[in-house]
Amino acid sequence: MSTHADAAHNNPVTSAEQHVEGHAEAVHEEGQAHGSMRSYLTGFLLSVVLTAIPFWLVMTGTLSTQLTAVIVVGMAVVQIVVHMVFFLHMDPRSEEGWNIMALGFTLIVVVIVLSGSLWVMYHLNSNMMPDMEMSQLLQ
Amino acid sequence: MTAAIQQAQNTEDLVFYVRDEEHHAEGSSTALGFWIYLMSDCLIFAILFAIYGVLGGNYAAGPGPQDLFDLELVAINTAMLLFSSITYGFAMLAAEKNRQGATLAWLAVTGLFGLAFLGIELFEFHHLIEMGATPQRSAFLSSFFVLVGTHGLHVTFGIIWLVTLMAQVKMRGLIPANRRRLMCLSMFWHFLDVIWIGVFTFVYLMGMLR
Repeated sequence: MSTHADAAHNNPVTSAEQHVEGHAEAVHEEGQAHGSMRSYLTGFLLSVVLTAIPFWLVMTGTLSTQLTAVIVVGMAVVQIVVHMVFFLHMDPRSEEGWNIMALGFTLIVVVIVLSGSLWVMYHLNSNMMPDMEMSQLLQ
Repeated sequence: MTAAIQQAQNTEDLVFYVRDEEHHAEGSSTALGFWIYLMSDCLIFAILFAIYGVLGGNYAAGPGPQDLFDLELVAINTAMLLFSSITYGFAMLAAEKNRQGATLAWLAVTGLFGLAFLGIELFEFHHLIEMGATPQRSAFLSSFFVLVGTHGLHVTFGIIWLVTLMAQVKMRGLIPANRRRLMCLSMFWHFLDVIWIGVFTFVYLMGMLR
């Protein structure tokens, strides 16, 4: 460390240049990963398939309602991952993992908001049903 | 006196924190900052989805999803947004190769697909309101219009941003600042497509299965 500092002191110009060069490389490594034609096309084709199948299933009603619902939701989850990887270029290494960390935190909050709201409101709904009160009064 | 200076020099070697902020090139943290904005936007949509999930079954003796939604229209809309995503990808690839003309052309195509998406959505809304399925009709319709409308509003602002950016690229070329802006809009645009996956799955497709 001290030798580096000495060198920098003795020859500020070269060290500044080195610094800039080194930084340019670092930026390139840190920054968002760029997609290639191949990755965009792969993502697009996967998305088309993952969109067409649920629409086709619902529009034709080939399978039972329950099975269709499971497949539709499953394909949506897969397609969201496909978009994240091929279009948004999510990569655990980019930004030193900070964007994955932000994504993870957001997903936790989203899951809490969605499951919490649905769970609480479903029970509130079923407990506030008018006939509920009546049946309790009759007992 | 000299001892004091000596002392000061010795303590200078002990560093408990970074005194000089590490130098970052201008805009090097923009991507992360913008990503965090998108995540907060994601939370807005999560809340709107939760509202729709809670209220989506309250028709107030009015029309339900099966009476209202036209899946063929939604499929076309989905295709428009998906096409706009891949054309934006092509714009980014063209920008990477420093081809300004091609970048602008692909951005224009993206904008047209975005406009087609908005046009179809407004047509759908108009059709619904004409039938009397207004946001005031039931809690289901209120939450539907808020969720889908908020997404549409995002697309609208995305298109305004896209046009502004096209003007900037035209005026100043593919300078680093413009590349950074292109990257941010790219994230925004693809993010909107991700939200749309949730919309067409949980609102339209699941609505038809209800």
